[in-house]
Amino acid sequence: MSDQHLHHPADLAPGDEEEVRVGPRLLGYCIGFGLAIILTATSFFIAGTDLVWQPSIPVALVVLAIAQMGVHLVFFIHITTDPDNTNNILALAFGLLIVFLVVGGSLWIMDNLNQNMPPMDQIMQMQR
Amino acid sequence: MLGKLTWAAIPFDQPIPLITGAAVLVIVLAVIAWVVIAGHLPYLWREWITSVDHKRIGVMYTLLALVMLLRGGSDAIMMRAQQAIAYNSQGYLPPEHYNQIFSAHGTIMIFFVGMPLVIGLMNFVVPLQLGVRDVAFPTLNSVGFWLTATGALLVNVSLVVGEFARTGWLPYPPLSEMTYSPGVGVDYYLWSLTISGVGTLVAGINLVTTVLKLRTKGMNYLRMPIFCWTTLASNFLIIAAFPILTATLAMLILDRYLGFHFFTNEGGGNVMMFMNLIWAWGHPEVYILVLPAFGIFSEVVPTFSGKPLFGYRSMVMATMAICIISFCVWLHHFFTMGAGPNVNAIFGIASMIIAVPTGVKIYNWLFTMYGGRIRFATPMMWSLGFMVTFIIGGLTGVLVAVPPADFLLHNSMFLIAHFHNVIIGGVLFGAFAGYTYWFPKAFGFRLHEGWGKAGFWFSLTGFYVTFIPLYAAGFLGMTRRMQHYDVAEWRPWMIVAAIGMVLLSIGVICQVIQLVVSIRDRESLRDVTGDPWDGRSLEWATASPPPAFNFAVMPDVEGEDAYWAIKSRAREQGLSRAPDYRDIEMPRNSPTGFVCAFFATIMGFALIWHIWWMVILGGIGAFATFVVFAWRDHDEYVIPAAEVARIDGLNRESRRAALALAGRAS
Amino acid sequence: MTDAAVYIGHEKPSQLLGGRPHEGPASKRIVTGYGFWIFLLSDIVMFSCFFAAHAVLINQTAGGPRGSELFDLRSVAAETAFLLLSSFTCGLAMIAADVRSAKWYQIGMAVTCLLGLGFLALEFREFADLVGRGAGPTRSAFLSSFFTLVGCHGAHVTAGILWLLTMMAQVFAKGFRADIMRRLLCFALFWHALDIIWVAIFSVVYLLGSAA
Repeated sequence: MSDQHLHHPADLAPGDEEEVRVGPRLLGYCIGFGLAIILTATSFFIAGTDLVWQPSIPVALVVLAIAQMGVHLVFFIHITTDPDNTNNILALAFGLLIVFLVVGGSLWIMDNLNQNMPPMDQIMQMQR
Repeated sequence: MLGKLTWAAIPFDQPIPLITGAAVLVIVLAVIAWVVIAGHLPYLWREWITSVDHKRIGVMYTLLALVMLLRGGSDAIMMRAQQAIAYNSQGYLPPEHYNQIFSAHGTIMIFFVGMPLVIGLMNFVVPLQLGVRDVAFPTLNSVGFWLTATGALLVNVSLVVGEFARTGWLPYPPLSEMTYSPGVGVDYYLWSLTISGVGTLVAGINLVTTVLKLRTKGMNYLRMPIFCWTTLASNFLIIAAFPILTATLAMLILDRYLGFHFFTNEGGGNVMMFMNLIWAWGHPEVYILVLPAFGIFSEVVPTFSGKPLFGYRSMVMATMAICIISFCVWLHHFFTMGAGPNVNAIFGIASMIIAVPTGVKIYNWLFTMYGGRIRFATPMMWSLGFMVTFIIGGLTGVLVAVPPADFLLHNSMFLIAHFHNVIIGGVLFGAFAGYTYWFPKAFGFRLHEGWGKAGFWFSLTGFYVTFIPLYAAGFLGMTRRMQHYDVAEWRPWMIVAAIGMVLLSIGVICQVIQLVVSIRDRESLRDVTGDPWDGRSLEWATASPPPAFNFAVMPDVEGEDAYWAIKSRAREQGLSRAPDYRDIEMPRNSPTGFVCAFFATIMGFALIWHIWWMVILGGIGAFATFVVFAWRDHDEYVIPAAEVARIDGLNRESRRAALALAGRAS
Repeated sequence: MTDAAVYIGHEKPSQLLGGRPHEGPASKRIVTGYGFWIFLLSDIVMFSCFFAAHAVLINQTAGGPRGSELFDLRSVAAETAFLLLSSFTCGLAMIAADVRSAKWYQIGMAVTCLLGLGFLALEFREFADLVGRGAGPTRSAFLSSFFTLVGCHGAHVTAGILWLLTMMAQVFAKGFRADIMRRLLCFALFWHALDIIWVAIFSVVYLLGSAA
């Protein structure tokens, strides 16, 4: 089962890219790096500035974070929409689904629980 | 020097653990002495301990589980006896002892019986059913098994050195925090499960990758046996859920060891968050256990009905639906803890919806049987027993899924009866069906039918006599985990349950006898062809037991029930021409798993007892093991084509003889 | 390739699940890469639990300091820059490995290592400083969750650096053998994933936490 002989047209390992020439690959990394810097700098700027409508800051930060993750996935991990990459994307989608269920579900549940069954020291504070 | 460890850790003043521990120690030492003196150690080391062969590892997982079943079952016997006696009396087990027993019972049964049973069976069967030579990561497979064994070892050591947790099988804070559980019991629990959790995660990654990336030619997803689909779903759940367990246990460890405030009463900790996170793991966990059992029935029922499985595609969809929905119901384990009606309603509805795909599966099995010619061999008996028992358990589950009903039944004996109903009826019966079904494949001889059927009937009746009374007691208001009680109405039910426990124990004894008798009579029970049940999937195309490489030439699959097509053609046209044999590369054995687990045991024990220098040494040892493993130059060995031809020739001969005996062309 | 004539069997393979007729087990590189990918997803689920805990406990300061009083955003910006740059240099090292240039590979990995160590040094200094100010993890639930989440990431970076050094040593000792290349693939995935998680940490924990 050694690598060298099997050359399937199907499926790419996650992290591998189709492109083999050095030039375009380097360019890909440079573009990704550049985009990431811009997005990161924007995040830091928005968090500290007064120029933006304040309530929009959390949303903006989340959007920028997702964009940065996307840049990493596309330019560094070489995720594409190619059919060869389908298995990798499906796995990622499953992982993300679980993350949203766990984080979202926990936040919703804990918020409800905290209202009806507050933690002990909040009860103590209420009694003072 | 030795942290918190002193001679006081050994329970000299408690006769039961002392005597049990001494007895077990004597037996273990005797077995080891016999192995060494009789010269079996090199064989054991070479063929089993350092083996990376999925078949060997699967057998070892199953063996671990069956041994731990005896330990967990002993705990259960003690609990039933205590509750039968302890009406208006303290019984024979003081509370601090009784609490450890029910905690150990649950922990062992879930983590060291249920999980190893299903993982062992999946490990053994899946590569054979997929027509490939091994799982995706054979050495990692060995690591996973030995880490699980480490966890089991640590839990058992707690019986004689120190104590176990008294918190129940899920250590809810604040009881499990340092303030209220200052002893080492909870630490034993935490480290044992953290270590074996890594092993389980590793098995999950291995099996998902195997099913998705390692199937023989022609085996598209929709041609896989259903057992492989349920393996996929169950292991997706392992990958998704076990990290939650790891994180939550880590938070509790940080609270206990470093004074963090995740779940403490002071400092802002939130006790309910533990409940939330641990059940976000806990619910998928029970589906991790039951999905492979469903898969086993999907193999056994068609084989013993002589028909292909009814509704293959709906089975696949039902399996994946259960996989996803099982991540949307976890709050039903704490309906009563204050989330409010909106949250309860959503999760309650989801919990009821999950019964639907399960119902689809049951109907498919029934329709498979309908019109078939049923053979009531032992595996089929377990399957039929499952169908009746699991339906009852599932229905009681739908009952407690209704939040208002759950407000009365939460943590009552009704709940105990419900989950034992589905776990025993589902997981355990499935595991026994699989064990009996695939035993000939693993060892080359069948299990004795008579003792098997006796074991089944005693287990089935024993189950009902033990647990139906618990439903009644629950309705009468009895809470779980009671060390004593003074309500007269409950007592008759507790006594009946204790009698049922006797029947269950006889069932287990019958199965032990079955194994002993089968080994003794193995020549008369020999499976010569590799296909003792007239099976339908690819594992029955190999010899029993299969050679190291499984298939001389990996099969080219053309439809569902891959082996059935091959067999039908052979029956009509005779065996195909001998294939072109090639050299086969197989992964080399490795002590990595065993050595890694050795250091993990040292680290775990040292962490429990706060022996910090030992922790560091253990950690260095574990890292060194990885580096040494990574430095290997030769990780495969070659089986020459001639040897492959010779081994395969033997199998083909016996099959040709069987065909000739059956009067067909040879 | 989905031509019925090529297909001896009775069914055409499902278009839904991949389409192409199945050609047998995937190559070792794909198998290894995919297995590691799945492991990374499980690790991300674990991190999400720590994120969830932090989100639940964010206001539980037990009368102690809040995020806005504690976080030094310049240090966080420096850490971010180090890690992002290290992801870039890691990618360069992988390209070097693919063209079998041992020199550029070792240089790329060494720079990645230094940047990673720089990140860890800054983080260690931040933690020590917080503990020194009485804002250690035992002060409140908020701080417990902060130290755990960020500390877990730091522990992963530490493990990554140990792995990085091992990979430098392996290539030095054995060259670009197939199995070593597979491990490099996994290492690169790991290192990039750590930067992705850091994006979530600095955005949600530090930036959002400071604004609150």
